[in-house]
Amino acid sequence: MRVGSSSRDAIGHVMTWLCGGTLALDLLLITGLAAVLAVNGASHFWPRPLVELRLAGGAKLLGAVVEREAIPDDPNGGYRIRVHVGNRDLGGQDFRWIDEREIASRGEPADAVALERLEWGAFYGRMVALRRAETVLAQGQDAARAAFEPLHEAKRAELAAIEELERGEIARSSAEIERLRLAARRLELSESSGAERAASEADLAGRSAAANAAYERAAARLSALRESFLAETVELEAADGTRKEIPVGHVVRVVRPNELGMAGRFALAFSRAAEFVSGVPRESNTEGGIFPAIFGTVLMVFLMAIVVAPFGVLAAIYLREYAKEGLLVRGVRIAVNNLAGVPSIVFGVFGLGFFVYGVGGSIDRLLFAEALPAPTFGTGGILWASLTLALLTVPVVIVASEEGLAAVPNAMREGSLALGATRLETLVRVVVPAAAPGILTGVILAMARAAGEVAPLMIVGMVKLAPALPVDGAFPFVHLERKFMHLGFHVYDVGFQSPNVEAVKPLVFATALLLVLVVVATNLAAILLRNRLRSRLGPRSIG
Amino acid sequence: MTMPPPHHAAEESLLSVEDLSLWYGASRALDRITIGIPEHRITAFIGPSGCGKSTLLRCLNRLNDLVDGVRIEGRILFRGSDVREPTLDVNELRTRIGMVFQKSNPFPKSIFENVAYGPRIHGIRQRAALEEIVERSLRGAALWDEVKDRLDASALGLSGGQQQRLCIARAIAVEPEVILLDEPCSALDPIATARIEELMQELKRRYTLVIVTHNMQQAARVSEYTAFLYLGRLIEFGETPRLFVEPREKQTEDYITGRFG
Repeated sequence: MRVGSSSRDAIGHVMTWLCGGTLALDLLLITGLAAVLAVNGASHFWPRPLVELRLAGGAKLLGAVVEREAIPDDPNGGYRIRVHVGNRDLGGQDFRWIDEREIASRGEPADAVALERLEWGAFYGRMVALRRAETVLAQGQDAARAAFEPLHEAKRAELAAIEELERGEIARSSAEIERLRLAARRLELSESSGAERAASEADLAGRSAAANAAYERAAARLSALRESFLAETVELEAADGTRKEIPVGHVVRVVRPNELGMAGRFALAFSRAAEFVSGVPRESNTEGGIFPAIFGTVLMVFLMAIVVAPFGVLAAIYLREYAKEGLLVRGVRIAVNNLAGVPSIVFGVFGLGFFVYGVGGSIDRLLFAEALPAPTFGTGGILWASLTLALLTVPVVIVASEEGLAAVPNAMREGSLALGATRLETLVRVVVPAAAPGILTGVILAMARAAGEVAPLMIVGMVKLAPALPVDGAFPFVHLERKFMHLGFHVYDVGFQSPNVEAVKPLVFATALLLVLVVVATNLAAILLRNRLRSRLGPRSIG
Repeated sequence: MTMPPPHHAAEESLLSVEDLSLWYGASRALDRITIGIPEHRITAFIGPSGCGKSTLLRCLNRLNDLVDGVRIEGRILFRGSDVREPTLDVNELRTRIGMVFQKSNPFPKSIFENVAYGPRIHGIRQRAALEEIVERSLRGAALWDEVKDRLDASALGLSGGQQQRLCIARAIAVEPEVILLDEPCSALDPIATARIEELMQELKRRYTLVIVTHNMQQAARVSEYTAFLYLGRLIEFGETPRLFVEPREKQTEDYITGRFG
């Protein structure tokens, strides 16, 4: 008797350990993933010291040591290091493997500079001179360094002016030209005739000429600005003695990593991280920031939530509160649950066929006929992407909302009805508020799922590089037909489609980390909202 | 002097049930019930579990309408008109016949909003008017002094007895004529029960009360009239003292003396 019960207890203990161990493993995997992303992503921002190597053969090179490993299949057990040498415009390759035994000497010169540029990636070398056309502004390292800072600041301001001109006046006048072109096309398509038509045509032609003139003026100013922007150059000398002149305007940042103390490195890392989060991508997404992708992801998820919440909740209310339990309702429920298991790319294909070609195509034919054959809504865009994802996530919302509604005790409904409230009043004032935390849980899950979804978006409006954000200062401010960038796709694109995969690896990790953070932040916001609702409803609320 | 029929009180009936039968699907829950409920009195329905007393009560404000598969025959007259008339506004009926449930069911809202719920539904919007109704109703339910400082706190934080009195306050806030109480004290301790019973004596001056209870002592303590139901039939109905002291029916006597139930 005693033996038997203790062996049954032992089985119970094993089960406890099994469950606990499984949970621990899950946690380990999740924290491991987060740690891998965080460490690798952070290395994208952390400044590495510049090392100058003199090789046995006499060659010199300057760069940052990225990794060190045992040489595979080497009988002598030698090690090699991988050096990021930059200077892609000179050498053509970003990285070099160096056998450690070939290194004759190794130093960390304080005067080595790392230049972050708008084009061609990093440049490692030493500053030699500063010029404006043929005039030498400063000669020698110290003079160049001293003169560089104020000049660089001025150039950054000029760059901002150029960008403002491009985004402002140029964009406005080219939008105006396009608008007039479409108006002319509309007139062509219309049935009107006679004097009225001639008058309209003349009016349009006049305005078109004015708009073109405005555009020309702005373009002339732009090219003048560009010219002065590129007037000054900084001359640099690479480790092997090659000299290179780089327009000061193209320099994003000058870093002398070997001079930096700990505080300086942290400051630099934070400033790079800030640029990463708020800047726009350069060099086919391998450099610069990813703000458009963050913006696109967040906007798309919120649009999706705005659509999916009412649809899912209303459907759940019908299923739970109005529909009579029966074969049909059970069938609908099973169908909804199965919908949640359909591969997301299938939803993408459906979105392409239905939303983009069907609905979007019809909208174009009815409202934007003058722009055809160039599609307006009849091509992928953030609206169609949001709707496709809403379709994908609606089962999640329905299931969670139904559960939330089912958890509201019938006594509460009867209490309201017994006061003379109608079923609708009961639903709106008692049942739905009481079920709100459960409903919100469904929306949170849907948003999390949508934020991480990439496959269906690739065919309904997500692009590698969007020319403009879906929200800007031009009327009507929110452009739902525009294509957009997405963090998930950015990870794929940069990581697997970029010409220089090795160089962008840390960037991929940083982007992935940011995507995780965006999802966490979105969820956190929704969870806080839910908790506030719960505490308002009191200690015993449902959901 | 003629004897009143056994299923009617000696007084004028506010609510009279005539030949009422009810089926849940195929099973009959009420069997040809005829009973008259007098105004400004407390009428108690007693009987063992499953005898149909709650079902009968829920017929009076048509709360059984919501149950799937219910079929009802017979008439229920409230001030002379049939509550089962299809043209009758059931929400209006439920406004005039309020109800308090077995398990207190405050809404997950503040104390104030719970009481103001009914008046708001019926179109009262002004804050001052609502505040006045809330105070009057809470006083009427003997809860005002306990909650007046925390009207904005959640109703779910109140004790069981307070929650039940809040439900009473919520019911009287819409000025009903009748209050149906479905075993209102079954989940309460004796002290809270005593307070509710005391309150019922106050309430009957203004309202007509119908209480379902499985506690015979409670029926004897609070009610003027008692109906004993058994297996869906009305076995006996009469003035409470008489029914408890000299029951006419053998089954009633067996039940009140505790031989079954």
